[in-house]
Amino acid sequence: MSSANPKPSAPVLDHDKVADQAGSGSYVANFESKDSALTRFQKFLHKYPVAAPTIVLVCAIIGFSLLVGDRFLHPFNLSLVLQQVTIIGVIGVAQTLIILTAGIDLSVGAIMVLASVVMGRMAIDHGLDAGFALLIGISVGALAGLINGTLITRFKLPPFIATLGSWNVFFALNLWYSKSETIRSQDIANNAPLLQWLGETISFFGARLTYGSLLMLALFFVIWYALNWTAWGRHVYATGDDPAAAKLAGIRTDRILLSVYVLAGVVCAIGAWVLIGRIGSVSPQAGYTTNLDSITAVVIGGCSLFGGRGSIYGTLIGALVVGVFRNGLALAGVDVLWQEFTVGILIIVAVGVDQWIRKGTA
Amino acid sequence: MTAHYDQQPVLQARGLVKRYGSVTAIDHADLALYPGEILAVIGDNGAGKSSLIKALSGALVPDEGEILLDGQPVQFNSPMQARELGIETVYQNLAVSPALNIADNLFLGRELRKPGILGSVFRMLDKKAMEERAQAKMKELGLMTIQNISQAVESLSGGQRQGVAVARSALFGSKVVIMDEPTAALGVKESRRVLNLIKEVRDRGLPIILISHNMPHVFEVADRIHIHRLGKCAATITPESHTMSEAVAIMTGAMEVDDSSAAA
Repeated sequence: MSSANPKPSAPVLDHDKVADQAGSGSYVANFESKDSALTRFQKFLHKYPVAAPTIVLVCAIIGFSLLVGDRFLHPFNLSLVLQQVTIIGVIGVAQTLIILTAGIDLSVGAIMVLASVVMGRMAIDHGLDAGFALLIGISVGALAGLINGTLITRFKLPPFIATLGSWNVFFALNLWYSKSETIRSQDIANNAPLLQWLGETISFFGARLTYGSLLMLALFFVIWYALNWTAWGRHVYATGDDPAAAKLAGIRTDRILLSVYVLAGVVCAIGAWVLIGRIGSVSPQAGYTTNLDSITAVVIGGCSLFGGRGSIYGTLIGALVVGVFRNGLALAGVDVLWQEFTVGILIIVAVGVDQWIRKGTA
Repeated sequence: MTAHYDQQPVLQARGLVKRYGSVTAIDHADLALYPGEILAVIGDNGAGKSSLIKALSGALVPDEGEILLDGQPVQFNSPMQARELGIETVYQNLAVSPALNIADNLFLGRELRKPGILGSVFRMLDKKAMEERAQAKMKELGLMTIQNISQAVESLSGGQRQGVAVARSALFGSKVVIMDEPTAALGVKESRRVLNLIKEVRDRGLPIILISHNMPHVFEVADRIHIHRLGKCAATITPESHTMSEAVAIMTGAMEVDDSSAAA
């Protein structure tokens, strides 16, 4: 990440460009003077949307290591933070894709739980091969995403409303299909250990990483690649940034949106596998807060809710910021309610900063 | 700077008709664009010039008439088809994505992929090639006051953004560039640059159809002026043969022109 380097923002201040702008009639007023330090900082944050959450993360790590000492910085504790943010991270990948298109998906948590119930019941109740059960679960995720995407592209429903509806629908289906029963951890361990495999850990230097965490990091890498190095990724950004302009440039924006929702559904289903690994059992009530937590991670990670702006690893950092704050406050012996309080403040500040950054360069 | 009126028109419309219910937006309109020229299309609001332009750029399918590209009849059902045949359109509202950089915008929808397995299997973009070609095109068009090709378009001024849109059309338009009110949203100085840019593109061999309301701009850059009135071509004049007020008079119907006085 070169985002920590402030130098590249310098060309913006170039004299030619300032003169250029001065010559433009579209500017009501122009000031020949150089930008103030604050404006420069604003432009820097605008150019590197990941900078703000990175600064917060680094400050939080330094702050908590001073506050609670070595217990916080111990590799075991840091790997615990990573384990704790794994599910939010995976679902955050799905949410980032959607928020980049200026949408929002309130059904991600419900898709994840539904897929986990399908995986569990297919493997345990119907006795299917665990690998096959996983595939069916992932197909259910894709189908759920396809339904969301169709509602939004074909029936032109606002994403917020479409996924608010599908959230309830998927959650009800999940309760119906699971009969509101939990599949016990031992049953899965005996009959379909593959479903729990992502919960296994590998240790080094005192840190304990789960395969689930590694899968999350791999997922971030794959989606980062797709967003930054393929035409599809450019089109996702363009669609979120200005759909009319994207269409005029020849992008089939509806197809892009549909593909994003389907991919998000698949990622949520992968999240279902991670979820089973993490809690061991399959519960229709699990992961109920994942919806809003994923939005929290994306927003703190610097993605703009207006679309087209932000990066996928910002979400990873956003999830880590939340994880570090929760873990650090817990180690410091602060009541859980203050953790919620802090996360709330972080969200408001993150969105406020986003607004400020956008205003400064519009 | 030399237009070739003795040659076959690059783009020609014959007897185009478009009706919306009882309203006839285009009424047997003709238009001819010759190699190496800037043809301005002017007309009062509601004269049907935007419908005509939409028909030429593929955004609208005419009910009657034919469009010839290099003398061959063509039919476009979408802007993409027109574009594939080498007709690029620069839209009034700038089809650029503000958050993407200049190179990304130039190649938006037509990205280059890396050769070999990286491109075919991993769909990897050839960012270097795109940046190099973007850089070369911007330089060729005299747009390199823009510092950095990987700079986001939103950090550019209005005129520079228009420059990016024009550069994109010049990069891909192999036959014709259609520009819809390219100076409408710009200040005086910025307009000047864009007008120079339009001439630059013409001098590099691409004929241009320029739609504009701004008479001084039209009279400055156009080689011929197509005046649209009541759904068809009222006259085709040149900046030398008529004055601005005469053009306005023809446009509004205050002055009649018989076909014989129309320039080439």
